[in-house]
Amino acid sequence: MQAQEPLTILIAEDSAADRLLLSTIVRRQGHRVLTAANGAEAVETFKEQQPDLVLMDALMPVMDGFEAARQIKALAGEALVPIIFLTSLTESEALARCLEAGGDDFLAKPYNQVILAAKIKAMDRLRRLQATVLQQRDLIARHHDYLLNEQRVAKAVFDKVAHSGCLSAPNIRYLQSPYALFNGDLLLAAYTPAGDMHVMLGDFTGHGLPAAVGAMPLAEVFYGMTAKGYGLAETLREMNAKLKRILPVDMFCCATLLSLSFQSRSVEVWNGGMPDGYLHRMASGERVPLPARHLPLGILSAQAFDDRTDVYPMAVDDRVFLLSDGVIDTCDANDQLFGVERLQQVFAANREPDRLFEDIEQALRDFRGQARDDVSMVEVSLLESAQTHGAAPVYSDSGQSCPLDWSASFEFRGASLRRFNPLPFLLQLLLEVHGLRAQSGALYSVLAELYSNGLEHGVLGLDSSLKRDAAGFARYYEMRAARLEALQDGFVRVHLQVQPQGGGGRLVIRVEDSGKGFDVARVMERPVDNARLSGRGIGLVRQLGRNASWSDQGRSASVEFFWEIEA
Amino acid sequence: MTDTHVDREVLDTLREVMEDGYTELLETFLADSQSRLHELQDSTSAKALSDVAHSFKGSASNMGAVRLAELCQDLESNAKNKSPEALAQLVADIHSEFAEVRPVYESEKHHAHIH
Repeated sequence: MQAQEPLTILIAEDSAADRLLLSTIVRRQGHRVLTAANGAEAVETFKEQQPDLVLMDALMPVMDGFEAARQIKALAGEALVPIIFLTSLTESEALARCLEAGGDDFLAKPYNQVILAAKIKAMDRLRRLQATVLQQRDLIARHHDYLLNEQRVAKAVFDKVAHSGCLSAPNIRYLQSPYALFNGDLLLAAYTPAGDMHVMLGDFTGHGLPAAVGAMPLAEVFYGMTAKGYGLAETLREMNAKLKRILPVDMFCCATLLSLSFQSRSVEVWNGGMPDGYLHRMASGERVPLPARHLPLGILSAQAFDDRTDVYPMAVDDRVFLLSDGVIDTCDANDQLFGVERLQQVFAANREPDRLFEDIEQALRDFRGQARDDVSMVEVSLLESAQTHGAAPVYSDSGQSCPLDWSASFEFRGASLRRFNPLPFLLQLLLEVHGLRAQSGALYSVLAELYSNGLEHGVLGLDSSLKRDAAGFARYYEMRAARLEALQDGFVRVHLQVQPQGGGGRLVIRVEDSGKGFDVARVMERPVDNARLSGRGIGLVRQLGRNASWSDQGRSASVEFFWEIEA
Repeated sequence: MTDTHVDREVLDTLREVMEDGYTELLETFLADSQSRLHELQDSTSAKALSDVAHSFKGSASNMGAVRLAELCQDLESNAKNKSPEALAQLVADIHSEFAEVRPVYESEKHHAHIH
């Protein structure tokens, strides 16, 4: 048994003899004693000396024990100052009064030393317990504030990362709750060097900081690769591999990714575990669902990951609408889900496409009775081209050592053509030449066009006239995937030559393929038709580069770029 | 009503607890009791009688004066109910009981000085 710690004990007792006796008993038990002869003295002494425990006579003149107890308890505040009533009151009503007044126990007269010692010990244990509880509470409150502050800082850092994209582009409309990050929702958008737009709506498992932390490396991959000209497939593979590596086993990220091409008037879609997106065709009013065909990111190994996308044609003003599951999962008072059918009803009833968000929010409010704060929605439209890109990338080298007189040739054969996209790498190589940097968009667009023509029409032998309507579009991309999978032979060669010229330089790009070629003269004669979904590539090359020409029966294309050294 | 006027065991414990303070305790008790007796005489209301009796009962029991304590308990509980005559009688009984036990405490004081 632990020895009792000495306490400071206040004895309030009006009978002098009893007070003397009790003081002596308590002092002998090792405690420091304070005395008071009535309730008012007791309260004053308590204020001045802050005793640990009070022995209080019930009936005293001036102020009785009950009132003194009430006042002392009020003065003590959160701390526990045990009050033991001294009483020869026998009626239970009187004893109840003691407890109601704030007394914690009572001691009958005549005083029994053993019982008194035991009660003091028990009360002191309670007193120390209360003190510990208060200490812990304050500690927890401090930790909580600290955590909240950490989250604020994390959010500020993340906002910088997330907003380095182009969500404010004129063709994007979005709704994201202020604490979307801490609900695990992620919305990113960025331009590719060719002027296409990549958009991602993601939803991490979990909430709070664990969900947010995965979002940052993902955003970095998305922005980095998009800026370099990587396509959706490569970006998806990289994001999946990264998440699989860094996230705990039970965490993953549902996501829908879009690549919108203003040039080719199409949208490429990959949906892993998100609710259906919708492609709204303005002309017919039809909403084509974009369902999840894949598992979320971060689950499958690199070998098992499926990066196949679906491609749909779009007309000017068509929109793609994506939403997080916060919308579908909204519950009403009876735990009924809002569900996909109600969403479809909102679509059907919507008269003004520009008010779609408002209609949905209103429907949710009507359904639930209040707004939810973890709903994310984004709508991306296809506007007429001539897009302005975001700020040009900033380079950190001074240009003193850039290569000005060189040539390089590459041959990409069967297996490489299947899996490897050389465009980002080729672009990076060309951007080593400072003079070309201002034209990176045009360079990328032309390279991409020539390479894809060489691959699809040349090596794979696909007929671009298939893409004249939506059904043909789908078939074209199916055939592309199938033929690419089966490809064994064939090549696409890329030759690059850089030479100084005059005050600047000249780049010649030549792309050859192993296909059957085409009737160059006939294609050149055709007037440029903006309404057709195909056949716009050649026009693009001639428009963006100089001296475009085709030889070897269409199997070899050549185009030039020039630059002046800025003074 | 008990036959014992003063519980000797209580006195033994008190002597042991108080040590050198035993004399002071005895003196304080005797002085207190005198003033209580006066208050009983002067009390006019049943409540006042009851309160004084309560107080007296407490110190009497602490000092081992068991019969005195019982009489005070009687007065405390029944002050409202008894007739003025009965009350006067009870007060007189308390007076005489105190007169009975007082020599015991005086003697204790005397012996404490010697030992």
